[in-house]
Amino acid sequence: MKVIYTDVLVIGGGLAGLRIAIGVRRRGHDAIILSLVPAKRSHSKAAQGGMQASLGNVIKGQGDNEDVHFEDTVRGSDWGADQQVVRMFVNTAPKAVRELAAWGVPWSRVRKGDREVIINGQKVTITERDEAHGLISQRDFGGTKKWRTCHVSDGTGHAMLQAVADQAIASGVPVHERTEALALIHDGSRCFGAVVRNLITGELTAYVAKATAIATGGAGRVYRVTTNAVICEGIGAALALETGVAALGNMEAVQFHPTGIFPAGILVTEGCRGDGGLLRDASGHRFMPDYEPEKKELASRDVVSRRMEEHIRKGNGAKSRFGEHLWLDITLLGEKHIKTQLREVYEICQSFLGTDPTRDFIAVRPAQHYTMGGVRTKHTGESPTLRGLFAAGEAACWDMHGFNRLGGNSVAETVVAGMIVGEFIADFIESPQGDLDIPTALIREAVAAERAKLDALLASNGAERAEALKAEMQQIMTDKVGIFRTGADLEEAVHRLQALLARSRNIGLRTHSEGPNPELVTAYRTRKMLKVALCIANGALARTESRGAHFREDYPRRDDAQWLKRTLATWKDPGDTLPSFAYEPLDVNAMELPPGWRGYGAKDYLDHPDTARRAEELTRLRERLQGADRHAVQAGIMPYEHLLPERFRGRNERIDERLP
Amino acid sequence: MSDTAPAPSATAAATAAGPARKLRFHVLRHDPHDPASVPHTDVFEIDEAAGMTLFIALNEIRETLDASLAFDFVCRAGICGSCGMVINGRPTLACRTLTKDLPTDIMLAPLPAFELIADLSVNTGKWMRGMSERLETWVHSLDEDVDLRRIEAPMDPDLADRIYELDRCIECGCCVAACGTARMREDFVGAASSSATTTACSVA
Repeated sequence: MKVIYTDVLVIGGGLAGLRIAIGVRRRGHDAIILSLVPAKRSHSKAAQGGMQASLGNVIKGQGDNEDVHFEDTVRGSDWGADQQVVRMFVNTAPKAVRELAAWGVPWSRVRKGDREVIINGQKVTITERDEAHGLISQRDFGGTKKWRTCHVSDGTGHAMLQAVADQAIASGVPVHERTEALALIHDGSRCFGAVVRNLITGELTAYVAKATAIATGGAGRVYRVTTNAVICEGIGAALALETGVAALGNMEAVQFHPTGIFPAGILVTEGCRGDGGLLRDASGHRFMPDYEPEKKELASRDVVSRRMEEHIRKGNGAKSRFGEHLWLDITLLGEKHIKTQLREVYEICQSFLGTDPTRDFIAVRPAQHYTMGGVRTKHTGESPTLRGLFAAGEAACWDMHGFNRLGGNSVAETVVAGMIVGEFIADFIESPQGDLDIPTALIREAVAAERAKLDALLASNGAERAEALKAEMQQIMTDKVGIFRTGADLEEAVHRLQALLARSRNIGLRTHSEGPNPELVTAYRTRKMLKVALCIANGALARTESRGAHFREDYPRRDDAQWLKRTLATWKDPGDTLPSFAYEPLDVNAMELPPGWRGYGAKDYLDHPDTARRAEELTRLRERLQGADRHAVQAGIMPYEHLLPERFRGRNERIDERLP
Repeated sequence: MSDTAPAPSATAAATAAGPARKLRFHVLRHDPHDPASVPHTDVFEIDEAAGMTLFIALNEIRETLDASLAFDFVCRAGICGSCGMVINGRPTLACRTLTKDLPTDIMLAPLPAFELIADLSVNTGKWMRGMSERLETWVHSLDEDVDLRRIEAPMDPDLADRIYELDRCIECGCCVAACGTARMREDFVGAASSSATTTACSVA
């Protein structure tokens, strides 16, 4: 049996995993990254439009700061987020952008003087300040009060991933490419690493580590229609779930992006609408102002996606042989803008649709896009129930997105959480808590258990085909656990997914080779994906309210009185066919921003009994702190800075907020 | 700008389809890890569908005709560089190749110059990492001294755009596979490397 020892085992080679590894290396520890694919091919690369950080360099971002970013994010989350974590995030995001600039990310820069932009369908001339010339530029995105989204044309994730992956190479972090974790090694209270399969040779190796970090991204591929890469199958979440100890938070919170190219689901960035693009229906009518007079096309993604589906239901969709869709119109932005600032969109339209977005509308319909839920962690990134297991990025429920994530906040989370969690992991392994005391029997048994499962699969002539079970799961999720949900649909979905899980125990293979065997991979992953899908569907069935992206037609109101709490799913016994649920309340009395109207979307919601009291208390606190600067006011209301690793504390300088 | 604009009359997706063509895929097969494997060509026949890419076609072949067929896709949107292969003699990205642009007989082979994993899957990641380590194609800086709380150093907007232009390489390996020199001389760095080096130098 092969065993590899290291300080930190990072599962996932995207931005979050890479940044964690770099952080722990800089603290003098070893790290190994496991990746299904070469790190630079990770799904982080697909982030197009940009990364939110309140630099406030552009004139339309003037006045932006952590406070505004905080409020936008909490409103976006429909009050599902952990507000202290949001504070940690918004204070670190500007530092992350600046670190990436130093690492070579060619952020698009501000050009001083007049420029023409499209706002609300109109051409407007704005004038950038002389002192902003050459600083990092920001564009508009949905659900934000200021232009805050820093970008590299519309290839932001690509440029970030190139730079961070290169820094990982520079730091000497080994990336074990084409390897896959099959199970975590643990004793029910402490995680010791993972059993890992080499996808080229089929060989199993035990990786034993003081700390293990899951940074495997989202679970989009449990849906049929998704913008996600084919590797985003929720396997990291499943690894945690299968421990029976670690919990998944809010898995029912699934984001649907308004502009997936119809019907393939390939993403076109929110930057299209941020830069002035409009949504139109079959008759060419711009319909979003009818529904959302305040934010129009730039309400949060959950709201825009629902309004689009509502408009299609009313019979306004454009018809095609694949079904109905709507149009994204960016023709008004002009050829030069599209070919420089939206060039991925331009190329995607050319390659996949054979159309020219400078002249033609783009066929779009909402598609699954983001998993707000994930491995539940403390603010340090560590699982509260399985010591030594950490998670970061989309794979985690940290929880800064609550029930809806804002565009530009996920690629920002990857690097910010990577920075912060990387420091906490280094702290952990430098403390007595991080000491390894593992019986070798535990390693041997963990490897033997996975070996036995693979052998059984390879030898099986069972009647079920993994590919067919997976396709049926994806269809159920897209049809029954989508944008509009009902109790009846969700019950049916749970019932059918349970049946699929039972059938998955009888999968047979046609290919019996140990090495590169795509059928074997599909077989063991499908079993894991079904458990994740059940957490989503059953969590959605249990949550009898509507919040953010989770919308129940039979319970259309947000219900703070009953549901201001986070869903925690665990899989107690391998033989179970359903997850077990517990709920973690969010404390209104500790909130900096108590629940209210988001500024877009539905205005009716049921208040939590403490909301009015907390609001009054905050008014009194603010009166008492009158005259103090905004940092002191914030610290007086909801202190958070002590939660940050020391090296990332401190204020952020801006043109209008100079540091001494 | 009025609130209503005329909708396009027809789109690629809405175009009426004629009778579907039968496509014949001639795929070079080999698993170097299997001592019994001998390189050979398998032929798979499927019906063409509207908007079909090689991503869709190869997955259909694997789902319906041969579960063991190995190939690599990740983003299926032309941005990650995983799916380079030789298509009718030309190295290119399979995910953004539409079958309608190809004849009915389609020859697929793995990219040369890279280590073969199996069938159409090659180890470009290993080659790229090796190149990066050898040439140190990253920004060499003293960034630990950069005070992250301070406003970033300004950069000329045109320079930033020019760096991004070089930075857009997705390391798919097609240029290396197509390069005679790279195939004859193992230590030749190839075009992907010059792009990475130039990017790192421009930033520094």
